[in-house]
Amino acid sequence: MLIVAERINASRKAIRAALERLDTAAIVNEVRIQAQAGAHYIDLNGGTFPGRETELLCWLVDTAQAETDLPLCIDSPDPDALAAALPRVRGERPMINSINLEPERFARVLPLAREHNAKLIALAQGEGVPAASAAEKVDLASLLVERLLAAGMVLDDIYVDPLVFPVGTDSASGLATVSAMREIMARFPGVHTICGLTNVSHGLPARKLVNRTFLAGAIANGMDAAIIDPTDTQLMATLYAAEAVFGRDEYCVNFIEAFQAGKLV
Amino acid sequence: MAAILETIKEKCIRGKRVELMEEVKRALAEGIDAKTVMNDALIPAMSVVGEKYSSGEFFLPQMMLGARAMSEALAMLKPYLAQGTYEKKGKALVGTVAGDFHDIGKNIVKIMLEGGGYEVVDLGVDVSAEAFVNAVKTEAPQFILMSALITLTMDSMRKTILALESAGVRKQVLVGIGGAPVTQKFADEIGADFYGSDAHGAVEKCNQLLH
Repeated sequence: MLIVAERINASRKAIRAALERLDTAAIVNEVRIQAQAGAHYIDLNGGTFPGRETELLCWLVDTAQAETDLPLCIDSPDPDALAAALPRVRGERPMINSINLEPERFARVLPLAREHNAKLIALAQGEGVPAASAAEKVDLASLLVERLLAAGMVLDDIYVDPLVFPVGTDSASGLATVSAMREIMARFPGVHTICGLTNVSHGLPARKLVNRTFLAGAIANGMDAAIIDPTDTQLMATLYAAEAVFGRDEYCVNFIEAFQAGKLV
Repeated sequence: MAAILETIKEKCIRGKRVELMEEVKRALAEGIDAKTVMNDALIPAMSVVGEKYSSGEFFLPQMMLGARAMSEALAMLKPYLAQGTYEKKGKALVGTVAGDFHDIGKNIVKIMLEGGGYEVVDLGVDVSAEAFVNAVKTEAPQFILMSALITLTMDSMRKTILALESAGVRKQVLVGIGGAPVTQKFADEIGADFYGSDAHGAVEKCNQLLH
């Protein structure tokens, strides 16, 4: 399971405050705790102050890579911000979060991915109302993957995110997302699927419980990457258990080692 | 009479739609007039739902269920209400602004407004400034409620307000904005009339401004 660590996101209060003060120590600490907790990529999102996203995203890139050698996931819907931040990345190949089927975003983000040899998170999202059913999600994802392949991307560099919407407003949405994951991976062997979890529990109590239950369901349906907070020990314990239960952990070695390392609390 | 109205209020608050319909029918059969059911049971129920949501006691699905129950009960009462007593409170346009395709928050506001007795025209998602302007001209609403869920599209709110000004219709409507990244400060900055911190807050603001 590829873990994209999500904590450095301007939608979080603590990060917004750190961005406001350009608080290097706070960001460095976030990088460090996520790296220690098993992150494979560090996601960087600086988008909360209108007009300052480009500057803040570049600052996050500089600050994060002064601390870690882990690859970065550059997170912005704004192609201008991505274009400014990507050239600053050194070290391992970055990931871009994200591209979708909106014509302008597609046309601008794809060349950036090619130029910077980046992996791509591909949202099953076009223009118009978001795709709610599994079939609609699969249709959009397929169109997007085919366009990316036609442009020279390889499946192993594509992480399809079918998007999940709150089960509190549409009780069928969790099942639609995991069903779409299964179908997309069957249709394009070698492609990855990825998802953030927090949206699924919007508006509900006990959100972390809902998030990790959804994670287990997604893993059961083949999802092989996740945008999560790796410092959430209960979530990580669920991840290890789900991988063991659903045939993704031969001889349950990772699960047992996690136990032996005291991680299954 | 008070007992059954209390039951109706309770069923509405708890979003028990089927039971609510039965109780409303029973009340009408017992000779309680539709206007009383509306004013003394359903409308107070909706305020309770909104307050419970804002205080954190109710969760989102509970609020939506309550609002749906409310608008279904209102629809059922409509034929029984004497002409003129079923006036909608006001008319509101709702829409997610240009470049933004998030519809969940906007839909919740729509449901709450309908539950609150407003006529709602839903312009959908990715609504251009021109579409808002045209809808103001054709629908003549009292309110425009705009939603944005990403920082990048918040600027579309500013552009829409500017477009309303240059079309000469800005003064005809009250403009409210909301959505996760939106703040009161931003509302002041772009010259919106109000900011709704959640769906209940948005409806409350509309109610206050109406008076």
